[in-house]
Amino acid sequence: MIDWSHTALTIGVILGGALTLAGLLIWVERRLLGIWQERYGPNRLGPGGCLQSLADMIKIFTKEDWIPPFADKAVFVITPAIVVITALMSFAVIPIAPSFVVSDLNMGVMFFLAMSSLAAYSVIIGGWASNSKFAFLGSLRAIAQLLSYEVFMGLSLMGAVLLAGSFNLSDIVNAQQHQWFVVPQFFGFLGFFMAGLAEAHRTPFDMPEAEAELVAGYHSEYSGMKFGMFFVGEYLSILLLSAMTVILFFGGWHGPWLPPVVWFVLKMAGFIVLIILIRATWPRFRFDQLLSFGWKVVMPLALINLLVTGGVVLWKAG
Amino acid sequence: MMNLWLYARNLIIGLWIVFKRTFTTPVTVQYPEERPYLPPRWRGRIVLTRDPDGEERCVACYLCAAACPVDCIALQATDNPAAQDRRYPEFFRINFSRCIYCGMCEEACPTNAIQLIPDFEQSEYARRNLVYEKEDLLISGTGKYPDYNFYRVAGVKTLDKDKGQAENECPPVDVRSLMP
Amino acid sequence: MEILFYIAAAVTVLATLRVITHVHAVHALLYLVVALIALALIFYLLGAQFAAALEIIIYGGAIMVLFIFVVMLLGPLAVEQERTWLTPGTWVGPGILALVLLGEVGYLIAVGDHLPNTVSETRQKGLSIALYGPYIIGVELASMLLLPGLIGAYHLGRRVSKESR
Repeated sequence: MIDWSHTALTIGVILGGALTLAGLLIWVERRLLGIWQERYGPNRLGPGGCLQSLADMIKIFTKEDWIPPFADKAVFVITPAIVVITALMSFAVIPIAPSFVVSDLNMGVMFFLAMSSLAAYSVIIGGWASNSKFAFLGSLRAIAQLLSYEVFMGLSLMGAVLLAGSFNLSDIVNAQQHQWFVVPQFFGFLGFFMAGLAEAHRTPFDMPEAEAELVAGYHSEYSGMKFGMFFVGEYLSILLLSAMTVILFFGGWHGPWLPPVVWFVLKMAGFIVLIILIRATWPRFRFDQLLSFGWKVVMPLALINLLVTGGVVLWKAG
Repeated sequence: MMNLWLYARNLIIGLWIVFKRTFTTPVTVQYPEERPYLPPRWRGRIVLTRDPDGEERCVACYLCAAACPVDCIALQATDNPAAQDRRYPEFFRINFSRCIYCGMCEEACPTNAIQLIPDFEQSEYARRNLVYEKEDLLISGTGKYPDYNFYRVAGVKTLDKDKGQAENECPPVDVRSLMP
Repeated sequence: MEILFYIAAAVTVLATLRVITHVHAVHALLYLVVALIALALIFYLLGAQFAAALEIIIYGGAIMVLFIFVVMLLGPLAVEQERTWLTPGTWVGPGILALVLLGEVGYLIAVGDHLPNTVSETRQKGLSIALYGPYIIGVELASMLLLPGLIGAYHLGRRVSKESR
């Protein structure tokens, strides 16, 4: 029988933790970008400026929530919810520590992939419903990018799944007790991380919302809390990406001395810092480069990786 | 293949260079607590100065209003019968929401009355508060030119001196006389 | 669990009805996405977790995205024209056929108990072994079908150089 109180507590902790961290991440990103550009970043409100997101939230709540008269109203309003819901749903299968997981689903990896493919809708119909040129261009780019990157995201995951012999995320973590999967699955890790950056619209792949060319891409027309939802959704997907990378390739909660939760959070923090560092450093791809890189380089790499891994697993099994 | 390796290497080097910035101190000046040094000739807020005698320097010649590229200066001349019809501005208005702090007015001013001083903290919540009247602009000092007094060097007659009595000025020549 | 099934089934039926009757093509497609997600839930409740996940990933996430992509590119949607197309003359034929199917389903429900209540939980391992064992011909045929599609798409999307003209 399911222990309801335990489940409810876990849901509360993970939901609250994810949303708080996403809010905090906005400040962390601005602060780190500031430090790497030899300035301070927001450092006024609270110790070190850590309450900046709170001030931003108050501001964004009190702003005018404008729906363009030319927009498709119902779809326009639903869209921001899809981003946050799909991102938060994916957190349901993330095992933070042994038995510290909302739903230890057999199909954890597939569930994550399903949610990330549904998240594409927010971008697509958000850009379409805004009924403006830049938003539409942004959503067209997003579709092409998501379709090509979804494919090898799944493919590069499968190497880890093959090694662990299970789609269950807890099983995958437990299989890495002695050796992290990043060693045998290095190319799988590269492919997954790249695809994850593309899914989260982060810097080398942030074509759908390229500020310099498309204003803000698919969320140009959004304002007030609807824009805030898109923003929080983006940071939730960064959290999700780093959590999934840690689980699939970096041994999840395993580590010496410290308790499992601390190890998990530490590893996640490392990946978040890496993602922000990438944003601070690398320029944006050109769009055709992005697609040809995806299909011609990473896709064959992921396929070869999968083939070799499958061969090795079969050979070891005898 | 060689190129791909080169690209990857350069990307990683870029990451490392940016990461090294973590340990440098920011160049930002923390403004309200830490004031930046402003040179004396820094062009900031506009003031109207007085001459050493305490009279207004401005003679309402309109040159500043003519020189202003954004037309933010408005004034109207009138004269003071008590002081030998000495001209002065009846009102003098600068709209700082339009001012671009170019300093053209200062250069155009023949009497050094209008001056730009190193002060920039002019933020207001209401835009109308940025329209400065004469009483807001006029200061009691002489600004950057402490000894300069226009009426002491100009050849006009004032209450306490006649023509030809100003500094570095010769006595007036009788132009009707042809005597050498 | 049964109440979940009935809710999901009702959502599927209603969403599919809206797919047919909606005059706005993109809205109709969004209803189709909702129907697919509800269908995935039904699969999940019947124990076919793998099929449920694939339903969302492939149908909901990839194929419908492409559909919407194409419909979005078609430009201003001819809503009025759609309205004129949905005349009784066009839907009477399919409607009668669907009624026949509904009658069959009703008959099966009325006759009753020889339908399996729930499919036994299909594990992905069993599914894979079935796909690559007894059903290998089907998999190979499907992949042969996909290969000409791939080549055709490459041929259509190829950049024609000036020399070859």
